[in-house]
Amino acid sequence: MATKKKTARAETAESMGARQREISVSEFFLKNRHLLGFDSPRKALLTAVKEAVDNSLDACEEGGVLPEISVEIEQVAESRFRLHVTDNGPGIVRSQVPKIFAKLLYGSKFHRLRMSRGQQGIGISAAGMYGQLTTGRATRIWSKTKKQKHAHCIAVQIETKANKPVILEDVEVSWLPSFYQDDPHAEPTTWSHGTCVSIEMEAAYVRGRLSVDEFLKQCAIVNPHLQLHYRVRLLRKSNEKNGQTELIEQEEPWTTYERVIKKLPPPGREIKPHPHGVELGVLIQMLKDSPSRTLKSSLTQDFSRVSDKAAHYICETAGLNPRANPTRIAHQQSEALFKAINSVKLMRPPTDCLSPIGEEQIIAGLKKEIQADFYTAVTRGPTVYRGNPFQVEVGLAYAKPGENDDLSGDDPIRVMRFANRVPLLYMAGGCAITRAVGGVNWKSYGLAQPKGALPLGPMVIMAHMASVWVPFTSESKEAIAHYQEIVRELTFALQECGRRLSVYLNKRKRAAEAERKRGYIEKYIPHLALGLKDVLDFSEKEKERVERDLKKMLERTHLEV
Amino acid sequence: MARKSVKGPEVISKKDASKKIVGVAGRIHQDITKKKKKPEMRFPIRSLANVKYDVKRGHFEILGKESTRTLSYNTVKAFAQSMRLLATTKNDLLDRDDIAGKREVYYNSKSWGECRFEEQPESDSLLDDIEAMLAVNREQLGYIPEERGGDVCGPLVVIDKDPVSGKDIKIDCAKLGSGAWSVPSRVEHLRFQSKAKFVLAVETSSLFQRLVHHRYFEKANCILVSMSGVPTRACRRFIRRVADDLKMPVLAFTDGDPYGYCNIYRTLKVGSGQAAHINRYFCVPSVQFLGVTPQDIVDYKLEDTTHPLEDVDIKRAKDALKNDPFIKHHKEWQKALNQMLKMGVRIEQQAFAKYGLNFVLDTYLPEKLRKKDFLP
Repeated sequence: MATKKKTARAETAESMGARQREISVSEFFLKNRHLLGFDSPRKALLTAVKEAVDNSLDACEEGGVLPEISVEIEQVAESRFRLHVTDNGPGIVRSQVPKIFAKLLYGSKFHRLRMSRGQQGIGISAAGMYGQLTTGRATRIWSKTKKQKHAHCIAVQIETKANKPVILEDVEVSWLPSFYQDDPHAEPTTWSHGTCVSIEMEAAYVRGRLSVDEFLKQCAIVNPHLQLHYRVRLLRKSNEKNGQTELIEQEEPWTTYERVIKKLPPPGREIKPHPHGVELGVLIQMLKDSPSRTLKSSLTQDFSRVSDKAAHYICETAGLNPRANPTRIAHQQSEALFKAINSVKLMRPPTDCLSPIGEEQIIAGLKKEIQADFYTAVTRGPTVYRGNPFQVEVGLAYAKPGENDDLSGDDPIRVMRFANRVPLLYMAGGCAITRAVGGVNWKSYGLAQPKGALPLGPMVIMAHMASVWVPFTSESKEAIAHYQEIVRELTFALQECGRRLSVYLNKRKRAAEAERKRGYIEKYIPHLALGLKDVLDFSEKEKERVERDLKKMLERTHLEV
Repeated sequence: MARKSVKGPEVISKKDASKKIVGVAGRIHQDITKKKKKPEMRFPIRSLANVKYDVKRGHFEILGKESTRTLSYNTVKAFAQSMRLLATTKNDLLDRDDIAGKREVYYNSKSWGECRFEEQPESDSLLDDIEAMLAVNREQLGYIPEERGGDVCGPLVVIDKDPVSGKDIKIDCAKLGSGAWSVPSRVEHLRFQSKAKFVLAVETSSLFQRLVHHRYFEKANCILVSMSGVPTRACRRFIRRVADDLKMPVLAFTDGDPYGYCNIYRTLKVGSGQAAHINRYFCVPSVQFLGVTPQDIVDYKLEDTTHPLEDVDIKRAKDALKNDPFIKHHKEWQKALNQMLKMGVRIEQQAFAKYGLNFVLDTYLPEKLRKKDFLP
């Protein structure tokens, strides 16, 4: 039974070792681009827009500027698009530009707990990398800060193996961010500071529920302080000339989503992590990096809500010396410490770090983009999941059936999902928000609802989760994980909106009923009066008096709503 | 045996009827403009629940129960329709001395716009309401019934008047060949001459035809009347007048089923719940029931010609036993109905054909007339 011939030489540990090498994050994401939301050409375009707009909004808000953003999508070939996103943010200093736009996991937001749109520092670099991969073109950035005299224009690519930016071009130019004005005769508005990023990529442009159009519209709803301009310039196939189809550029008008709230939302305050929200690995890392000299001071200084007493108690429970070196603890007794931390009762994390949209602003946002008859919004108080403070808001817009062409009364309602003011379009089915909406019994508020599904009606629900750390189900940030605490908060907010809706619906029902009755009464009273007139032979004037008296009489008893 | 009550329904002149309508409208007008309250109309309730069986007079007498229709959202349509119907009645019929059929009333309303009647039963019911409210029967308001009043054949001379010349016209109901004389919608002006022994009112016209064809009225010396189901007011009034004027006994011959007993016969004898306010004129208290009785099924061995009682029959019988003041008064009828319910079958007049087509007139009727075991 001996094998006559070996088909392949057996590997040795050495030969295998020769091929084992480090994988850079960039390489990893290049191969797994679906994890970042670049799995299909049309999703790629949306993800790129989303990352760029998120960054712009974060930059403006942090810089204290009322954001004005312009998004332009330009078709350059059949399946190739160039995306320009311009903002009036504070600008980026020259030295940081390459790393921000061409290095994965580089950013200001990952290392701190603060409510912001971006979290990891992957998005915009990934978009650039995707463009580079599909078209070979570099990401181009124009940026000007207030202090600089000139703007700089930088073209960068990412060296995927090393996850390092490569600067292809770096020049000073005279450039100012400029924005379209609704009045066609007006000069564009210009700002002394801002940034524009331009990425060329293989993509597809579509309309509908999962489109860039929808994303930007929802952005405008949830950011009523944002002035947003948007246009798409598509190529249209012209008639065949000499057997060849030519693509002709079309001049599309700008769409402007007007700003309705002229105040920036209060910035979210940065907080230290709450011990109950930290995982073991993170705990070890934090202890290692701690500037404190003792375990006790590390606990009280690096974390929020740990008092001296609590720190002492934690150490006692874990059987550790409060004066031990935190670095040493990190290596040897972190597990005992981790257990002790989770067995101790601590004050909940501070919640003033959150910056919800606010009920008034939600209603203003809904009103400006969705034509409806009834609007309401509920902002819940802040609360905590796994040591992370979060806050839930729900807005509701109900149109009169038949008055809004986009909202049919027979279809399921539309649910708009937002996390830290960013619209979530994909993976609705896997999101805690969708589950919470479907879990509420809308029948008791007057809507039809198939079992366990979304209710039916001409209605839009927007739900927003604000948190220092939104638990997404994946890196592409499309759905919120089903934490019980989050679903519960959502449910309460939805139910409160539902109760208000039912008050409105009942009122409308009664008004409609009264209207119907009024019509009925007014239909027959003239006949009654006419009959009397014919029998008693009185004047037309007397007949009118009878009609008037009867109407008054019946309306008093039947039409008071 | 006949009571002396030849006097017909109180005759009201068209002018008086018209005045009554003006009175009703005037009160409504007063309510609205002077008293500032919702106007109302009052009607006697027209159902068996609002009648009692007046044994002495022998018919259903209306009780005092009234229903009030106050103007409201729910009644505004009926109110408006009643008002317009009153106006039409006064202006187009009474004041112009015209007549109209029930169906014409329905079609006339089509010019009333939204106020029109959608179906004829709506206008019929409202007409009954108005009749009851004014306490004037609808014939006097100018509404003529369109249903046939019944066919008559036999040794009876009817003295009618020529509507144009006013001269007497004599009709001999025995000399109509194979046809019959139809009872007109108004019978108050008729006079009668007859030497017959009794009146036989039959339910079905097919049996009536058979009796006429074989000239049974000569053999038995009786006046034959075909009722074709529940007798119309005119038919009832006609039989009543013949019975009173000529002091003639009346016998009824219907199918042996709850409808024949409780609807046809009972209405002929004591009147209906629907027209309770005028029953005293439109009934024949002296009538007696000849057949077909449940006992006849047994006596004539007709079990194999019966049909099982249907649910409606059973319901009708039980309902009558429970609610019909006439049935409740007569033990004999209760016995008959219970017997029928127990047997679970009904029988038709034609069933005697089992023993030959003319068994009914050769054997059954003579035997019954001889025995005289009639039901009250």
